[in-house]
Amino acid sequence: MREVDISEITKEIKEMCIQANYVLSSDMQTKLEDAVQKEESSLGIKILKQLEENLKIAESEQIPICQDTGMTVIFIKIGQEVHIINGDLEEGIQKGVREGYQEGYLRKSVVNDPILRENTKDNTPAVIHYEIIKGDKIEITVAPKGFGSENMSRIFMLKPADGIEGVKEAVLTSVREAGPNACPPMVIGVGIGGTFEKCALLAKKALTRDLNKSFSYPYPYIKELEEELLKKINELGIGPGGLGGTQTAFAVNIETYPTHIAGLPVAVNICCHVNRHITRII
Amino acid sequence: MDKYIHTPLKEEEIAELKAGDFVFITGTIYTARDAAHKRMYEALRKKEELPIELKNNIIYYMGPSPAKEGQVIGSAGPTTSSRMDKYTPELIDLGLKGMIGKGRRSDQVREAIIKRKAVYFAAIGGAGALLSKCIISSQVIAYEDLGTEAIRKLEVKNFPVIVVIDSEGNNLY
Repeated sequence: MREVDISEITKEIKEMCIQANYVLSSDMQTKLEDAVQKEESSLGIKILKQLEENLKIAESEQIPICQDTGMTVIFIKIGQEVHIINGDLEEGIQKGVREGYQEGYLRKSVVNDPILRENTKDNTPAVIHYEIIKGDKIEITVAPKGFGSENMSRIFMLKPADGIEGVKEAVLTSVREAGPNACPPMVIGVGIGGTFEKCALLAKKALTRDLNKSFSYPYPYIKELEEELLKKINELGIGPGGLGGTQTAFAVNIETYPTHIAGLPVAVNICCHVNRHITRII
Repeated sequence: MDKYIHTPLKEEEIAELKAGDFVFITGTIYTARDAAHKRMYEALRKKEELPIELKNNIIYYMGPSPAKEGQVIGSAGPTTSSRMDKYTPELIDLGLKGMIGKGRRSDQVREAIIKRKAVYFAAIGGAGALLSKCIISSQVIAYEDLGTEAIRKLEVKNFPVIVVIDSEGNNLY
């Protein structure tokens, strides 16, 4: 067994919360640069250049890229050969979030209950997804999620007969309805298959994909579907800031999972142009 | 085209703003988002006075991140306006002339804008670091317990927005 002290996990999460909110990952920065080149609307280009300027200011002055520093979503994969010592894992993670949001001057956007709505004042609790994997490492992804785009996300329980055309329609409907509200250019995370909750989780996970790395698709149609949907989304004309243009989405990332003979669940998790995700391995 | 305006807004100034115009705002504006709107709505039900003067003023739908030492404000971009739609027509009836946010508005808000000759602007969503540079002072003036959702009085200089719904109801989206 490899021992990992809980304080190490807390420290990493604290740093990752701050880093993710100040500096956009290089894959997303590249997408923005590409969009400036590809955009055809002059107003769209103007907005994209302001977004580039915004990223520069945030990084150089160490302030959040966006005031909505999100509800903190954490994916943690724990190798089964790891023994976590000196504290409770859940509390260690929440402590990292609490310290990160306080020390990083990040906005506290979490309320204690969806109806009573009292601010917890430290952005906890984070939403944590645990996974046990083989090996003796811990892989942590921190993805602070803004709610302008989260609110425009959708889930569809399609019928098997709806097939791939039904999936396309679900994604395009979601993006069309999201329009300017979701701060385009967007990243579209799509989950297909599994159960109701599994496909939503796949869609969220899809948003954290590192676009600089090659992705191994289980079936070739998935990559083709991503490309087709990205083209169709960009033909909707929503554009940067929703003010018209050809750059409505940076990417469509699709994750799939086996499903039931009776079902075809599709979840569409929309993220704004500030698609924050950072991964570290302990 | 680019236009420069000062608050409080004047009717003839608003009439000249057209959907699609780039506008730079200078002067005092007030922030209020979900929770502050709910409180103002409840105050009106109880016939209480509102903590801000709405007449000819602008509300910015925004909840900033905290300011570091030496900063006026943290990141300060717009939030989605449609969540305020339920409360907005009443505020427009009370004299509110301008709103800054992002995203679509309801038909009721658009009708109130036409009826009272108001204007709806969008600021660039997700450009909170950039927009914070146009804010020269910030002071919490009401509902302090709401934290980021408190009502703030901001002094802004050449704050960049785009006219989305003009006083005739033309809609850019």
